[in-house]
Amino acid sequence: MVTVYVPRDTTACALGADAVAAAIAAEAASRNIDIELVRNGSRGLFWLETLVEVETPAGRMAYGPVNASDVAGLFDAGFYEGKQDSTLSWGPTEDIPYLKNQLRVNFARAGIIDPLSIDAYKAHGGYAGLTCALAMEAQVIVDEVKASGLRGRGGAAFPAGIKWQTVLDTPSEQKYIVCNADEGDSGTFADRLLMEADPFQLIEGMTIAGLGVGATQGYIYLRSEYPKAHDVLKTALANAYGAGYLGSDIAGSGKRFDLEVRLGAGAYICGEETSLLDSLEGKRGLVRAKPPLPAIVGLFGKPTVINNVLTLATVSAIFEKGADFYKGLGTGRSLGTLPMQLAGNIKRGGIVELAFGSTLRELMEDFGGGTASGRPMKAVQVGGPLGAYLPESEWDIVLDYEAFAAAKAMLGHGGVVVFDDSVDMLEQARFAMEFCAVESCGKCTPCRIGSIRGVEVIDKIRGSDGDERQRDDNLILLEELCDTMEFGSLCAMGGLTPFPVRSAVKHFPEDFGA
Amino acid sequence: MSTNVQQAAVQEILDGMKTMPGALLPILHEVQHTLGFIPADCVPAIAEALNLSRAEVHGVISFYHHFRSEPAGKHVVQICRAEACQAVGAKALEAHVQTSLDVSTGDTTADRNLTVEPVYCLGNCACGPSVQIGEDIYARVTPERFDALMADLDINGGAE
Repeated sequence: MVTVYVPRDTTACALGADAVAAAIAAEAASRNIDIELVRNGSRGLFWLETLVEVETPAGRMAYGPVNASDVAGLFDAGFYEGKQDSTLSWGPTEDIPYLKNQLRVNFARAGIIDPLSIDAYKAHGGYAGLTCALAMEAQVIVDEVKASGLRGRGGAAFPAGIKWQTVLDTPSEQKYIVCNADEGDSGTFADRLLMEADPFQLIEGMTIAGLGVGATQGYIYLRSEYPKAHDVLKTALANAYGAGYLGSDIAGSGKRFDLEVRLGAGAYICGEETSLLDSLEGKRGLVRAKPPLPAIVGLFGKPTVINNVLTLATVSAIFEKGADFYKGLGTGRSLGTLPMQLAGNIKRGGIVELAFGSTLRELMEDFGGGTASGRPMKAVQVGGPLGAYLPESEWDIVLDYEAFAAAKAMLGHGGVVVFDDSVDMLEQARFAMEFCAVESCGKCTPCRIGSIRGVEVIDKIRGSDGDERQRDDNLILLEELCDTMEFGSLCAMGGLTPFPVRSAVKHFPEDFGA
Repeated sequence: MSTNVQQAAVQEILDGMKTMPGALLPILHEVQHTLGFIPADCVPAIAEALNLSRAEVHGVISFYHHFRSEPAGKHVVQICRAEACQAVGAKALEAHVQTSLDVSTGDTTADRNLTVEPVYCLGNCACGPSVQIGEDIYARVTPERFDALMADLDINGGAE
């Protein structure tokens, strides 16, 4: 019996993984070869999808990118015995440099195990963290998170342990753990892959959070654009209940934690934490003014821990391996690892999890391999639609929250979107305003109206057609409008939209008629 | 489907879900999943079951891009407009879709076969341009690949 792995994640399936799996099963049957086909999550090497792996005595062997039409040839070349005669052979998966040169904590199991199997999860270190946490007092759990240096991975990078302490210290008969899985930033897919490839890591982390702050109910707020993640989470939750890891008696401890997944409905703003809470309550996703903090008055008015998928998932690794292990990685105040996501016009796109401290250029060139189009890179947007566009002169920036803040940029959720030299940066600045206009919740004026005026002003700059006075006047107007939005908006949607706009104007003046 | 049948279906959903905390979004998802859209004449029943005003329910339906108050075409095609897909030709793809199907983004073809919608990110950003047809997401969709997918829809009657 040979074990063959074919990924089941969104990107692999979008590239034909289901057809590859069906072809492998059919070909094996017709050749009387006994195989066990496992649908693993993806390793996150999306440029190699569909990446088929075969278990051999020498470890797992990789073949990719495989199309259904390649399958007969792979059998002819003896791939099911781990032979390396095919042009699609990559040798041992773990030796592929793109994977070997990463430091995987969150994605250590991704693509290795069947994401729905609790046994496989436990065989790879899963639920060891929860076992530790169950033996701890709540304050000790929160202290461990503080000691790890973990900061929120959703973008704002607020220290997770401090948020948790506030919830622990706020007395209430009911508290909540909410996972922000509304990963709306273009160029990001780390949350999606984690949920599709290793969902128990998130479930375990949320359970530990519940023990830490005294919450018995959790919600995963998942964006509706992720149907596959939804299916995986629903099954994983049922399996966790079935195995006694959720419910009224977690792992025989007598302690309770219930967890449910709820779907968003296509509103980018619901990734903002207070808007998300309103949405979970069944309302329009309007941003709330802070204070009060959600840690004190959160979901249904109760103290609530609200953290990103990666933040909560990392908690299970911290309790498995210890806070000292985690804070030993990284640099300065950015500790641990950050899964970066290479996207857009990039030759080798995918998940690259590294300790904080490498440079953007290393990431794009050593891992990414340049553009997919083969043309020179012109601009890179880091941190989603609200992140700055960086020109080549800034690519040596260190991947670290403080370094990005100092450069008026944002590391955010770790998305890196690469553009080649055919991009028109005025058009990108216009899109930033247009996106803000479409997705603004409408509660505050600078965001709701400012974004619409922003589109108009940028159109006037484009329409100035050699009229320097019209262009310059409108550039000044745009700058003032950006000030109003940055300092007058209620949340990061209106407040950060000026980042991509200003960076485009500053670094690429030639696209604005200069 | 007649209005009575629709209202009966909505009532059944309400009876099963109205006591959930924060029930409105899950109910609207279930109604849309069952009926394909959220009929305006079902709003009063939803409002009454949750002790909300009709305006509040309408406000929620119209706030979220995902919810529709009118039936969609037989197939829904969503084209990603976000930055990562823009970087690999999403705008040209969208223009091709509009021309080849003779429909504007946001509208349904005259034969009600296809509704074309924008979407801001499908999480497939390393392999764009991304398109979702029904429940299935497709990667690296060039105009030629889009035409092939459409031909496949015609022959097989659906990508679902």
